[in-house]
Amino acid sequence: MTPKPPAKNPQQLLEQMLLIRAYEEAIVNGSAAGKMPGTCTSVGQEAAAVGVVNALAAEDLILTNHRSAGHLLARGADPGRLLAEVMGRRDGYCKGKSGSLHISAKELGVVLTSTIVGAELSMAPGVALAQSMLGRPGIVVCFFGDGAACEGSFHESLNLAALWNLPILYVCENNHWQAFVHRREAMSREHVADWAAGYGIPARTVDGNDVFAVLEAAQAAATQVRESGRPYLLETLTYRTRGHLEPDDQGYVDKAELATWLARDPIAAGRARLLADGLLSPAQAATMADKVASRIAVAQAFAEASPFPAADELTRDVYA
Amino acid sequence: MPTLTIYDAVGAALTEEMRRDHNVIAFGEGIATKRHELVDEFGALRIRNTPLAEGIIAGTAVGAAAMGLRPVVDLLFAPFLCYAMDELVNSAGKLRYLSGGQFSFPLVTLAMTGAGWGVGAQHNHNVEAWFVHSPGLKVVMPSTPADAKALLKTAIRDDNPVLFFLDIGLLYQPGEVPAGEHLLPLGQAAIVRDGRDVTLVSYGKTVHHCQQAADQLAGHGIAAEVIDLRSLKPLDEATILASVRKTGRLVVVHEANRLCGIGAEIAALVAEHAFADLKAPIVRLGGPDAPAAASYPLEQASVPSAEAIAEAARRLCST
Ligand SMILES: Cc1ncc(C[n+]2csc(CCOP(=O)(O)OP(=O)(O)O)c2C)c(N)n1
Repeated sequence: MTPKPPAKNPQQLLEQMLLIRAYEEAIVNGSAAGKMPGTCTSVGQEAAAVGVVNALAAEDLILTNHRSAGHLLARGADPGRLLAEVMGRRDGYCKGKSGSLHISAKELGVVLTSTIVGAELSMAPGVALAQSMLGRPGIVVCFFGDGAACEGSFHESLNLAALWNLPILYVCENNHWQAFVHRREAMSREHVADWAAGYGIPARTVDGNDVFAVLEAAQAAATQVRESGRPYLLETLTYRTRGHLEPDDQGYVDKAELATWLARDPIAAGRARLLADGLLSPAQAATMADKVASRIAVAQAFAEASPFPAADELTRDVYA
Repeated sequence: MPTLTIYDAVGAALTEEMRRDHNVIAFGEGIATKRHELVDEFGALRIRNTPLAEGIIAGTAVGAAAMGLRPVVDLLFAPFLCYAMDELVNSAGKLRYLSGGQFSFPLVTLAMTGAGWGVGAQHNHNVEAWFVHSPGLKVVMPSTPADAKALLKTAIRDDNPVLFFLDIGLLYQPGEVPAGEHLLPLGQAAIVRDGRDVTLVSYGKTVHHCQQAADQLAGHGIAAEVIDLRSLKPLDEATILASVRKTGRLVVVHEANRLCGIGAEIAALVAEHAFADLKAPIVRLGGPDAPAAASYPLEQASVPSAEAIAEAARRLCST
């Protein structure tokens, strides 16, 4: 399987965001019912993932982290295989050995997912180096959080990518939270994009809850990386509207701040925009929601029917 | 046979492998400066200097390896591996497994280790056991220039991440290296001296101390068998066990701290599988649980000497 071509129209962007939300809600409910482990959801951040991934070409490569469902689904991952992976089943993308935290799917160009905060940043220059030294056309997109941006690996990565002219689109999903620490407690600046200037790397901050704005900014950024062969940093300003890891009562979250961002829900905003522009009718919106719900139901049935790996898998794939 | 030092053997192995395979690249803190002949032959894209940032050097190697290159990185002194620990242990060692086998990580990390230069504990620390304890990694530590060349060539061709330790004390000692292509498999120990009375197992510079001890023991009518492990993971268990079954006595010797060192593993291996063949208790000789001192005599005192090895073997043979 090769990566699915990016969505061609605004309706498909909305549908992808709906799919991500429905997929993660299925896990939230499944984990509340004791059927699945908890995960790090990206609820509230769907526009950032969908906007960036749809700006990519099939040959581009993605590195991501623990909050990866949006990136994988926007890239065309099968929600059934993803759920199977989360549930530790044999038909998961990684044979059930990853769980939710490090799912990679080489066939989709989603490589080297790591849950060590910042490790995706440390590996990205190598992936980009391979692309350029082996004469492959794709650029490398590295998704990371504002928490990872406070790790040394962020700075080492940007410095090396700038020095070695590596085609990397760094995408910081600034969701205001670094597990249980608010970014204002942990960052010396308001924006991660400001740090890029120190390395001579062009950067931009975009409204991460507006899928159309993210898509436009990501297309411009990807084009610049492709043409210059040099790194670029895009910061998507968004908010993690559920907890760090399910279940999480969010007792530590400022209620007013959360309410402000919930009122800016990227899916509601995207749908309202399409309705207002006459690109979607209420009936079409309802059909879309039904379609997504039935895809998730099928996915869930697939995952639940998938067997657990046999015990002899325990020591397979350790060495090549 | 040509005579080379281990330092030159590393250069020769790199040269031959870079000629053989265009995907082999090398980078590190000064490798392009110190091995300029490689830059001349292979160009500045395949041999690169890096910033002094071990984490990003190792992480870049991991990413490049996953996507089809075969990087060799020079991280200088073993204690600096602490900065690259995450990338080597959590990424290179684990992401093959976590991805269900989708990726392999053919990369080699070079690091100098051990006593010999009086550089003190932040440049001299034998950390090889850390990596043996980490799944997904292989660990090599040669004791001669010939083995260094042959094992490094194999390590570069291996599809797994390999930690390749160079004993500082041996780095510039010359030795004969076979001309032409010469390879050794990882995980095959060398019996460097045959004997029937006691087995001396070691790696790195203490292999040479064991050989000197064996000379001394021969004067007392004791025939010591000396085994050079060469690679610590995979470990050549069969050669160790066969030797102990023959001699009935075992002294394990290494320079690294004795506590939780490779010697503990070998002692346990023999206790589990060859206990009935033992004629005497197993003895482990290793460094103390102390950082390495810079003062030359103190540094040397932390390494098991030929005399101490011979003394331990003599005691075993008299029981
Ligand atoms: C090196 C490391 N330190 C700590 C953690 C625990 N941890 C997991 S996710 C996370 C927060 C990461 O924040 P950020 O990078 O902003 O990403 P977000 O979770 O907000 O998407 C932390 C601290 C970890 N996985 N790795």
